[in-house]
Amino acid sequence: MREFWGRLPVIHQLRQSVGLQRGMLVTGLVITGVFLLTALLAPLLAPYGFGQLRADGVAFGAQQPPSSAHPLGTTVGGYDVLSRVIWGAQTAIFVIVVAVLLSIFAGVLLGLVSGYFGGTLDRILVVVCDAIYAFPSLLLAIVMSIVISGGESNLIGGVLAAAISITVVFIPQYFRVIRAETVRIKAEAYVESAKVLGASNARVMFRHVLRNATRTLPLIFTLNASEAILTLAGLGFLGFGIEPTSAAEWGYDLNKSLSDVTSGIWWTALFPGLAIVLVVLGITLVGESLNDLADPRLRGRRASEQAPGTVAEISVVPGGALTAGPGGLGGLEPTAMLGDEGREAQA
Amino acid sequence: MSDTVVSIENLAVTFATDAGDVTAVDGVSLSVARGEVLAIVGESGSGKTVTAKTILGLLPETATADGAVYLGTRDGSGESNVITLDKRQLRAVRGRDVAMVFQEPSTALNPVYTVGWQIAEGLRAHGTYSKRQARAKAIDILGRVGIPDPASRVDYYPHQFSGGQKQRVVIAMALVLDPGLIVADEPTTALDVTVQAEILDLLRRCRDEFGTAIVLITHNMGVVADLADRVAVMYEGKVVEEADAITLFSNPQDEYTKRLLAAVPHVGQGTVHAASRAEGRALDWAEQKPVVLAEGLHISYPGRLGRPAFVAVDGVDLEIRAGEVLGLVGESGSGKTTIGRAIAGLTRVTGGSLSVLGHEMRGMKERHFKPVRSEIGFVFQDPASSFNPLLTIADCVAEPLIIHHYASSAADARARVNELLEAVQLPSAYGDRYPHELSGGQRQRASLARALALKPSLLIADEPTSALDVSVQARVLELFAELQREFGFAALFISHDLAVVDLVADRIAVLYKGKLVEEGTGLEVLGAPRHPYTQRLLASLPVPDPREQAERREALARLRGAD
Repeated sequence: MREFWGRLPVIHQLRQSVGLQRGMLVTGLVITGVFLLTALLAPLLAPYGFGQLRADGVAFGAQQPPSSAHPLGTTVGGYDVLSRVIWGAQTAIFVIVVAVLLSIFAGVLLGLVSGYFGGTLDRILVVVCDAIYAFPSLLLAIVMSIVISGGESNLIGGVLAAAISITVVFIPQYFRVIRAETVRIKAEAYVESAKVLGASNARVMFRHVLRNATRTLPLIFTLNASEAILTLAGLGFLGFGIEPTSAAEWGYDLNKSLSDVTSGIWWTALFPGLAIVLVVLGITLVGESLNDLADPRLRGRRASEQAPGTVAEISVVPGGALTAGPGGLGGLEPTAMLGDEGREAQA
Repeated sequence: MSDTVVSIENLAVTFATDAGDVTAVDGVSLSVARGEVLAIVGESGSGKTVTAKTILGLLPETATADGAVYLGTRDGSGESNVITLDKRQLRAVRGRDVAMVFQEPSTALNPVYTVGWQIAEGLRAHGTYSKRQARAKAIDILGRVGIPDPASRVDYYPHQFSGGQKQRVVIAMALVLDPGLIVADEPTTALDVTVQAEILDLLRRCRDEFGTAIVLITHNMGVVADLADRVAVMYEGKVVEEADAITLFSNPQDEYTKRLLAAVPHVGQGTVHAASRAEGRALDWAEQKPVVLAEGLHISYPGRLGRPAFVAVDGVDLEIRAGEVLGLVGESGSGKTTIGRAIAGLTRVTGGSLSVLGHEMRGMKERHFKPVRSEIGFVFQDPASSFNPLLTIADCVAEPLIIHHYASSAADARARVNELLEAVQLPSAYGDRYPHELSGGQRQRASLARALALKPSLLIADEPTSALDVSVQARVLELFAELQREFGFAALFISHDLAVVDLVADRIAVLYKGKLVEEGTGLEVLGAPRHPYTQRLLASLPVPDPREQAERREALARLRGAD
């Protein structure tokens, strides 16, 4: 059972990590976990609906300061801030899932084909992707969002518009990474060996190249997820987001609270902003730690437990420990003598 | 003034890895006297490199060292225990008291600085030199390591030197501060055998002229016999035997040393074997249609824009008959691998004619060639990279059976895979392992199993043993000969090592700069070489016997003088 858990991607890395790297990873995982749970349990956690303006026939009132009925106050539009922040997590998840799913399939397939066959197709695709890079991603997302939704913004339309506009920005990233890996792996001996055996291009591509090229995908996935949230918030902030009656969206709320900030109403801007910062921080921490842990040269390790020198010095053995020689002190297991603090101290 | 430059006492080094602690060096005690060459030999993983790197304090952060390494200064005035030094003190010791020569000269030099600058950098780290002084010293040292025209070469960049010259520059960098000790980690492994002989000469001169002691780390017993005064044999982190070179080679004591020496291939071993095979052949064998026939074979790689194409193979004629092993020998860049790849259809033929199993390779279409592929097996040089790391060994060996529709899935092919694994002396349970869970030799045997899965009539082996340790190499070569007897395939055996080719080949072809310079049986080519290049190649090959090697060295010097 332990073996099985150890093989799961994130848990495996969590086991490997030590010190600061483990701290970063755990922090990231906790924040991301809270984010996911919030999104999942939004209907239970949120006191009101995201588009709810009144309870029991009584309106909430606009810009109410935090109170027992509204722990985080209400917005200028008269919505409950806490409920909007909690429901916003759900919208963010929707957008991340749709955006990443769309871009991962298209990007990986294009990258694989482009890198494997090379030639003219490869050149054209690379140039197109470079051209997309040259646009500011938010501008591109705005253009896409106008093209796709044309100003209409119910939940599905709004989420799809945001997701597809983010997808256009992300495809080149997946394309680039997979293409670079494919070009590298194409020259590996095991690919040549498959070719010598007479394997077809499709077989070589999918059986031998693809599976070896996808190692870095979880890393880009986490980094892109945080970028997707930022882009979504940016779109919402600029007024290309989702209507408040369709779904809660942090960027939209921030936009509406612009004028509040100058008049001393802090709660409408603070909490959606904080939500964005925390979620992006959490996912980025997970991504960066996974990135560091995947590279043996960047990965920190526990100091060797069998530190014969230390043992020989601190243990009193009749006849002198040194004659026993390093590693030759059978009965003196260093683990038994040094607690966890002892090992940390050596590190 | 003390007599030893470095003395290692009871050194133990442990590495923290993902799989727990690994002890690399376990209670090693060694010492090196002034002006002495100590060779540390052993197979990969024996801890020889770790021991040597400890002398420079070059261990990675994950390593814990225990014991003592006392390093004396050049004038013998003092000594320091490297293990207890902090980083600043270590920097002072490196370069001044001990310097290092690395395995791969092309990566040890920084490509964006001139060699003069890189030599001066070492000087500046250990004292104040004006630009002019540093340059003068750099020119002086380049001249002394045998770089022609050092005054202008000092401003050259590394890529303007050949591999052997680069290694000379690396040695110059090590010598410039006149350290008492040089640690040379496989200094000739990346070099061709003729260049190797020159670098070994230079290292010998370091000892004789500069009075520098050398710790030589190598797996090549010939190099040891050529250069070493004393030899320490390491096995599993321990020194199993230590003796002066002549005693060790003539009268090895330890069981492991004896096995190691016995595994080293000698030129001339294969002659008897090849002769007996030739006798056993049918009379009309020579008239049969050859499996591979090359006539005026010409292969060139397109040059970059505005540059002429690079000619890798230039007008080569050769043939391989059914059931015959042709050994193809040459140095790096001689085009031997290109020929192998062309026969397997991995490289396009640009001129002449190459017929493989009756199929013309010039202008061939992959579609037409595909059925022929089941008749060709290919064994790659590096067993570590020739297996898809995500598939089990059984899956990898089953690949050819699935591709050519002899089996529908890996599970379906398992019975045949088990037979194949047994044929290459691997337990069938190894089929469920992943490639990284096998040792280099086991992987190369699995590679043979994969190549033989379809019972090919032609096998191409591209340096199949050059990535293996010498004792493992011996077993793989033995297995290769056995399988060849059993399956009766024709083979092209590509190697840079004359002794290895001699062991397995019926005929030997020598390539030099894309041209075939000599071809014949082992007895003809190795016994009485006609072409001057073959003669030089043969004379440069160090033999694992210090006395014989000393004679050969003189013979080589005469040969060079005659050029």
